[in-house]
Amino acid sequence: MRIGTLKTSYAADEALFDTRLQKLLILLACAAAVLFPFVASPYWLFLACLCAINVASATGLNILTGYTGLVSLGQAAFMSVGAYTVAVLEIHAGTPFLLNLLVGGLLTALVGIGVGIPSLRVKGLYLAIATIAASVVLHFVFAHWPLTGGMQGLSMPPARLFGMALDQPFQLYWLILPVTGLMVLGAANLFRTRVGRAFIAIRDRDISAEVLGIPLLRYKLMSFAVSSFYAGLAGGLWAYFFRVVTPESFPLVNSIFYLAAIIVGGMGTILGGILGAVFMTMVPELLKFVAGLVTPFYPDALALLAPVRTIVFGSLIVGFLIFEPHGLAEIWRRIRRFFHLWPFRT
Amino acid sequence: MTDWLFLTEVFLAGLGSGALYAVTGVAFVLIYKATRVVNLAIGEILMLGGYAFFGAAAGWHLPAWVALPVAILAGALVGAVVERGLIRPMIGESPISVFMVTIGLGSILAGFVQIVWGADPLRLPEFLPSAPIFIGEAYVAPKVAYGFLAAMVVVTAFVLGLRFSRGGVALKATAADQAAAYSVGIDVPRVFSLSWIVACGVAAGAGVLVGAIGGISPTMGVFGLSVLVVVIVGGLDSMAGALVGGLFIGVVEAFAGTFLGGEYRFLVTFSILILILMIRPYGLFGTHEIERL
Repeated sequence: MRIGTLKTSYAADEALFDTRLQKLLILLACAAAVLFPFVASPYWLFLACLCAINVASATGLNILTGYTGLVSLGQAAFMSVGAYTVAVLEIHAGTPFLLNLLVGGLLTALVGIGVGIPSLRVKGLYLAIATIAASVVLHFVFAHWPLTGGMQGLSMPPARLFGMALDQPFQLYWLILPVTGLMVLGAANLFRTRVGRAFIAIRDRDISAEVLGIPLLRYKLMSFAVSSFYAGLAGGLWAYFFRVVTPESFPLVNSIFYLAAIIVGGMGTILGGILGAVFMTMVPELLKFVAGLVTPFYPDALALLAPVRTIVFGSLIVGFLIFEPHGLAEIWRRIRRFFHLWPFRT
Repeated sequence: MTDWLFLTEVFLAGLGSGALYAVTGVAFVLIYKATRVVNLAIGEILMLGGYAFFGAAAGWHLPAWVALPVAILAGALVGAVVERGLIRPMIGESPISVFMVTIGLGSILAGFVQIVWGADPLRLPEFLPSAPIFIGEAYVAPKVAYGFLAAMVVVTAFVLGLRFSRGGVALKATAADQAAAYSVGIDVPRVFSLSWIVACGVAAGAGVLVGAIGGISPTMGVFGLSVLVVVIVGGLDSMAGALVGGLFIGVVEAFAGTFLGGEYRFLVTFSILILILMIRPYGLFGTHEIERL
């Protein structure tokens, strides 16, 4: 129990940020995010954008897997739908980028509903495998459909805003970060509504939820739709960021990456999706840095980078699942609790 | 007029690769039956078997008949360590968590193999007789034929062993009801360990056969995806299902690869998978579990 947090209304109980310190920290974080591009090097801006895109996608997967309990290994494939839609619209229609992103997200949501249809009959592992099958089919479509450019994929022009091309990380940062911020905020608020609570009920026990009067098919499909809408938006941002979309841009490994991100971060918490995605994006960079440090003493370090990265990736999944199943978010909560209760202990 | 001889040859080649799916599928089913773990790392353990054989036969210059047991032992050892170190602590966790642990394990094994043997594809030293084999008039690649024979022997041994041996019966009892099995004196943790050891050993042996036919590379783990299709089609907890599903998927892949092109293979098998999931989610021979509140 926390001390000194007496709540006198339901609104206070439901608030997203419940202490003054937390609100202050959020404000500080926003200020830091605004100032960041003016002080950081392009490399760090690049990483920040990449982190933001991954946060968006991981949050989407968290809605589906962490909150609704439907495991999906198709997040990367859903992202590819969004990315291709945005690329095709940008090349052939030339519509404004915000509209493209939205259309990409909505189209991906439709695809997600299609993939989610088996979710009423099968669940758990079978559903995970069904989403693998769906990503194989989507990969095949993108690799063979003339509109999506086959194996070469598509190269697209940069997003334009008031005649200015957004082609550097510095400009894209102002596109990607606000969109991600809105998406995360939307997800956090979703779970204060009827729909979000229905998702949580389905996760905890779907048959009980049905007995309580929650139409399973509708809410499961809704969860798929919301999650793949997020994936589609993230894929669209990804397309504007890299500006080349190929069938190999979104392999199955990426789907595993997002699942790993929410496991490492903590399933079923918004903070977990953010922490996990940032952490998993930064680990390879950290390894690259270490490899650079070691190279003078051991010249082959860079050659070992790829396999070591694979091993570290796997070990993180295994290690977190065995030793810290609630992820980084739980560690963060523990730290918070320590300071709340200090100097007392429970 | 279609060429019947050619069709037969494609069919036989499909049966050959299907037999390897079947034997790996049987290993997969063994683990699932005993421990209810869906082991996605089976493809990587298979790969490890291929590389262990390569290391023993090409690295230490051992003859093939020594290298093969070395590979199987290596697989069994990995199985034992994994069961003790990774799967045992996860008992009672949600199946999804355990499933993700095996995905992580697959990633670790793939990285390990790349560090030790490098990322380039390798060829195993030849150890199977290479005299061409004809069934009727149809030509069968000798490796495929011997692979088929070996796989069939293993699968038969499994089916018989499960039915008649003490261990097999203990395993079936554990699969049916863990608590009841415990109470009649079956050492359930030992059943868990043994099933992992045997299954991983068999998968490693299958890896040697697969490697002998197609060479070995760190991406061989993809084989595990096809095996996943096989066991879903056959039913996750059915040995017979793994056998039938393996042969079926092997033949379908061979025909799809020959008449549609290699890139259609995955599309066709995964379309079959989706179809099966829609119509019979528990597979052709699997047990339909009823969920109660």
